Amino acid sequence: MNPFIIIALREFTSRVKNKTFILMSIIGPLAIGALLVIPALFSNIDEDPKKLLVVDNSYLLLGTEKISRHSFQYLNPEEFDEESAISAVREKEIYDGLLFLPPSENGDPDFILRNTRLYSKGDIGIDLTRDIERRLGKLATEEKLKINGVDPSLVKNSTTIVNIKNLNLTEKGSEASSLPLKMAIGFGASFFIYMFTFFYSAQIMRGVIEEKTSRIVEVMITSVKPTQLLLGKIIGIAGVGLLQFLILIAFSTIIYSVAGSIGLLGSDISEVTPGGAIMENTESQTVLNEVIESFKTFNIPKLIGFFVFYWLGGYLLYGALFAAAGSAVDAEADTQQFMIPLTVPLLITLMLATPMMQEPNGTLAIWLSLIPFSSPLAMMIRLPFGGVQTWEIALSMLLLIIGFLGTTWISAKIYRVGILTYGKKASYKDLYKWLRRK
Amino acid sequence: MNAIQSFGIDKQYENHVALHPLDLSVPEGSVFGLLGPNGAGKTTLLRIINQIISPDNGSVSFYGQKIDSSDSRHIGYLPEERGLYKKMKVGEQSMYLAQLKGLSRNEARKRLHWWFKKWGLETWWDKKVEELSKGMAQKIQFITTVLHEPKLLIFDEPFSGLDPVNAALIRDEMLRIREEGATIVLSTHRMESVEELCSHIALLNHGEKILDGTVNEIRESHRNGNFRLSYRSNEPITLSLPNQVEMSQNLRDFNKGICIAEIQSMKLNSSEIISVLAPQVDTIRFEEIIPSMNDIFIKSVEK
Repeated sequence: MNPFIIIALREFTSRVKNKTFILMSIIGPLAIGALLVIPALFSNIDEDPKKLLVVDNSYLLLGTEKISRHSFQYLNPEEFDEESAISAVREKEIYDGLLFLPPSENGDPDFILRNTRLYSKGDIGIDLTRDIERRLGKLATEEKLKINGVDPSLVKNSTTIVNIKNLNLTEKGSEASSLPLKMAIGFGASFFIYMFTFFYSAQIMRGVIEEKTSRIVEVMITSVKPTQLLLGKIIGIAGVGLLQFLILIAFSTIIYSVAGSIGLLGSDISEVTPGGAIMENTESQTVLNEVIESFKTFNIPKLIGFFVFYWLGGYLLYGALFAAAGSAVDAEADTQQFMIPLTVPLLITLMLATPMMQEPNGTLAIWLSLIPFSSPLAMMIRLPFGGVQTWEIALSMLLLIIGFLGTTWISAKIYRVGILTYGKKASYKDLYKWLRRK
Repeated sequence: MNAIQSFGIDKQYENHVALHPLDLSVPEGSVFGLLGPNGAGKTTLLRIINQIISPDNGSVSFYGQKIDSSDSRHIGYLPEERGLYKKMKVGEQSMYLAQLKGLSRNEARKRLHWWFKKWGLETWWDKKVEELSKGMAQKIQFITTVLHEPKLLIFDEPFSGLDPVNAALIRDEMLRIREEGATIVLSTHRMESVEELCSHIALLNHGEKILDGTVNEIRESHRNGNFRLSYRSNEPITLSLPNQVEMSQNLRDFNKGICIAEIQSMKLNSSEIISVLAPQVDTIRFEEIIPSMNDIFIKSVEK
């Protein structure tokens, strides 16, 4: 078997068999799944129906008996003032609280609402408070309309919901556009690449340092060429990353579809706020539909394909440089001086994500998506927005390939000297000398 | 034929010359001692032979052919800076190194089991490398160096850190492997193992070869006409010496009634001297003092 393959296999299996990897691969996706599912789960938990005593001095509620599942029991405002109502709630266990609406002054609804109080035994729940506020607000608005001689039903009938549909003109026609989704995909993908690149590049570096400090490296390079050792390590660790990515995708898909099938993912939004807030309800449904619709307009496999390419490209480019840095030191603590130039380009690209998203086909975005040191992030930010020219993608990919071949070539030269140099803290000048050494 | 022949190889680093143009022949079947003080260029030379680094000029041939990367399958190298992957299991690690030398999994496993059994290491197969003692690790390293049965074996300080029992174990294996036809290059500071093991040596100093040849030739050529005579007597006897011979010391060993005389002559050989001296004393022993490799080493390096 080719020694390069033997090395890559060892790098791969020794990491995959590691307990940390197994834990990370299971806990990671579970954590992501939990992030998706748990909020949905909690928003769906039925609150216990509450029973409230109500003293409605202004008769604003007009004897409303229920809001959602919560029921109201009215006390005669002529028999109960605020204090006696409070003691009534205290005395009777079945009541969870007291809603007190003061008498109005000159029939001003705003005065009533400003002075309305909700006393409760323990926390009453944010939803109930919000529902009461909405109901009161709606009733007060109607009251105000009446005062001004306007029929509330007239207003209701003439309320118009506007939802402009964003469409992007494409070669084939037009398709729905969803800016927030594009931003989320672009930023998410590039952030993921950012994390993956550094996480796995650091593993390469640590592996190189380990080989150096354990003094195995000279034994190794009598059997294989330093370049084979370097590339075997880089490719083996890339395999670990790919596997982790696949596990992540597989797990997330399973969790997402399981969650979807048991109805946890926002399928019943309309039930959450019956009665009040009709407008909001319709809005959120429309947004959801839009998201689903515009998700369909993305070529997901193509995006994943680009993602894998740019992730691997970025990883290979930076991984090789991290390996060179690792070969130049005796201990991980000494890598500091090389870390800044290695981490800053991607960090800056990430920080420039917002201006790039505002103008995905502007000069800044185009340049950053061509330069190999930033293109893995910049191109992933641009791609979801569309409008990236084919030549730009081709050139960017070509430059990235040239880029990582270049860094690998440079790193191999530094590496082959560095791994045999002990006990000396290498400076940039040393690296340059090593680079030129025959 | 020479296992290794170098033609004018040299190596220069940024601020110093590691190796001046060097011609060196390692005869097939020899145990070749590569000697020299620290920083003499031994490791550089060994790395060039192992193609870890390339010389600035000159070339190396391996059994008559210009050496290339495929020859690494026929070389076993135990570097001075040697180690193992700490987190790997001993067996796994040995299998890995064996496969990198081109052995199939089955062959590697078969040979490793033979060695592990021979040295009683079977129970260590599934232990982690970090649990090994230094001597134990060194034995594993020795095994993985010789496992692929290379034609040329290069050991850089193979005995460092070994107790006498294990050092003897390794030494005996080296001799056995040599018997089977391999050539061995041994770089070491331990002169007694050079005398014990080596048939040939080369001495490097400051990147230059200052001495080479067979051990016997070299010791012969460093004869300085020192002889030692032990005889029975309570007091040193004044000896009458032949011409061109001088007495350097005449001492008495008080405890046992034995006297020792040291005699110096570059012109006469031992039988010529003893024929004159023998009738004068009750001789116990007469010998020519041939300088040890240690003496030769120190003398040559200090020159």
